[in-house]
Amino acid sequence: MHIIYREKDIPDIHKYDVYVKNDGYAAYKKALGMDPKAVIDEVKASNLRGRGGAGFPTGVKWSFIPQSEPIKYVVVNADESESGTFKDRQILENNPHQLIEGALIAAWAIQATAVYIYLRGEFWDIAHELDKHIQDVYKAGLAGKDIQGTGWSCDVYTHLGAGAYICGEESALLESLEGKLGQPRVRPPFPAQKGGGLYAEPTVVNNVETLANVPYIVLNGADAYKKIGTEQSCGTKVFCVSGHVERPGNYELPLGVTFRELLFEHAGGIPNGRQIKAILPSGGSGPIVPATDEVLDTRLTYEDCQNINTILGSASIIVLDDSVDITWAASKMTKFFKHESCGKCTPCREGTYWLDKVLDRILAGEGQPSDVDLINNIAANMQGATLCALGDFAANPILATIRHFPDDFKQHTEKEEEKADDAKKPAKRAPSRGRAASKAEAAGD
Amino acid sequence: MGNTLADKYADRIEAHFSKYPDKRSAVMPLLYIAQEEYGWISPEGIREVAELCDMDPTQVKSIAGFYTMYSEKPKGKYWLQVCTDLPCALRGADEFHKELKEYLGVEEGGTTEDGLFTVEHVMCLAACDKAPMLQCNFHFMENLDMEKMKAFIEEKRAEAEAEAAKAAKK
Repeated sequence: MHIIYREKDIPDIHKYDVYVKNDGYAAYKKALGMDPKAVIDEVKASNLRGRGGAGFPTGVKWSFIPQSEPIKYVVVNADESESGTFKDRQILENNPHQLIEGALIAAWAIQATAVYIYLRGEFWDIAHELDKHIQDVYKAGLAGKDIQGTGWSCDVYTHLGAGAYICGEESALLESLEGKLGQPRVRPPFPAQKGGGLYAEPTVVNNVETLANVPYIVLNGADAYKKIGTEQSCGTKVFCVSGHVERPGNYELPLGVTFRELLFEHAGGIPNGRQIKAILPSGGSGPIVPATDEVLDTRLTYEDCQNINTILGSASIIVLDDSVDITWAASKMTKFFKHESCGKCTPCREGTYWLDKVLDRILAGEGQPSDVDLINNIAANMQGATLCALGDFAANPILATIRHFPDDFKQHTEKEEEKADDAKKPAKRAPSRGRAASKAEAAGD
Repeated sequence: MGNTLADKYADRIEAHFSKYPDKRSAVMPLLYIAQEEYGWISPEGIREVAELCDMDPTQVKSIAGFYTMYSEKPKGKYWLQVCTDLPCALRGADEFHKELKEYLGVEEGGTTEDGLFTVEHVMCLAACDKAPMLQCNFHFMENLDMEKMKAFIEEKRAEAEAEAAKAAKK
């Protein structure tokens, strides 16, 4: 079933008329007849959790907004930039009105004065299309002044970023929207509080996919929504599958589907007769897991992913086959975070720089066995030491790669004589370098 | 000193200002307009945007430097930004990026002598299922291989030559 990707069932649903014919804006109109607090309660009861990565309960987030403040904002986080994540883009392109409707329901629920949709700059074409869709909404009297005779007014705007992963972090996004460097803020105050949000006003920041769930919940009720998925992880989720699978792409499925079903039935399994080696369940920022039977039979839910020491996050599943050298993959991820570190916090700015240097040295065959300890040490000093999660995002995956795939590192760092010593022991086969690894250095940074 | 942006793009600039309660929020959209006018974030672009947003030019320059989609030096007519991040690299993006540079005869970040193409690698562009891919002047080109790129490059070269011949006749 599709709650989010309804274009798969209804062609041309991106057009306003087609969307309206298929229950479009019915939930919004229903919400406008409800007490705003009742809308928040319904979303709370649905157990909808943030789909951007953090998984925070959406209704609870909305309930933090102080109703007494005259100016409040809803900000839509469409800065989709996590490695391996391309789900929101499909919503923005193919079912944009459902996002706009969800954002307007959120705006009614907190009585916001404006909605800002912050899109990553690379969604240039999408943003210009979205502006046209928003014009249709204004023409229908669903946004602007005194909406549907309620006396409530709310504008909807788009804002383009300009290429910075960090702006997906909500406080950095707000800074960027205010025309400043996209760097995280010290919290408290949190965005929902006076002094902490956009222009210091209370602000709800929600991910695109999160808001696209809201019309279904308001129209059909929380109970109907809770029937989908598992007890603790309700609803459907878009799983972005990339890397070594036959059919990379977005798959919207109920939460609770197993890795095995997703990767082998839906995404078609591993191409070229290769075996699956490892999975990054949450793009570049979540801990890697080896593709054991236990992992493959794990359900994709917030709670089950925790049980295998990783996170569901944004459910951007990168699949690595047995040709991949995990050291190379760790280096790729580290280059990403080094480039995207905003530079505000020293542990992240310096830590990513040194992790990258040490990994380059190892891959160049100039590493020492002690370099692995050095990496562990640098990464441990980044954890929990930064204003936003990027420092942890950069540290956690590399610690997990070393924990799960020590041989991939050893093959580079151990000297020939040590390797010969090792050969006398019952040896594990060291994996070969990734197909792309030999050329990786060419990309540089 | 005049303000070319204010004269030439008054309506668009005003539309951006009307979206926000303060002028500073319009600095990013206005930098895009400056880049459109001058081809890059030039010193006059910085000065004019700063004037319009009531900001110090140094603040505007720091914004331009922070975000990767503002170019702080002139680029080729076609700015090719290839994603070489992990998911794309698993599907051959590093080889694609290298072959593209070789075909054009440029180093990383370099521009071809005819001023047509600039090539550089960038981080994830949210199109991992369609790798190799790149953005050309902010428009995505996906599911690429070198055959497709060669056809694209030769087409643009032929277009440029035809334009040059036309200009020479006049």
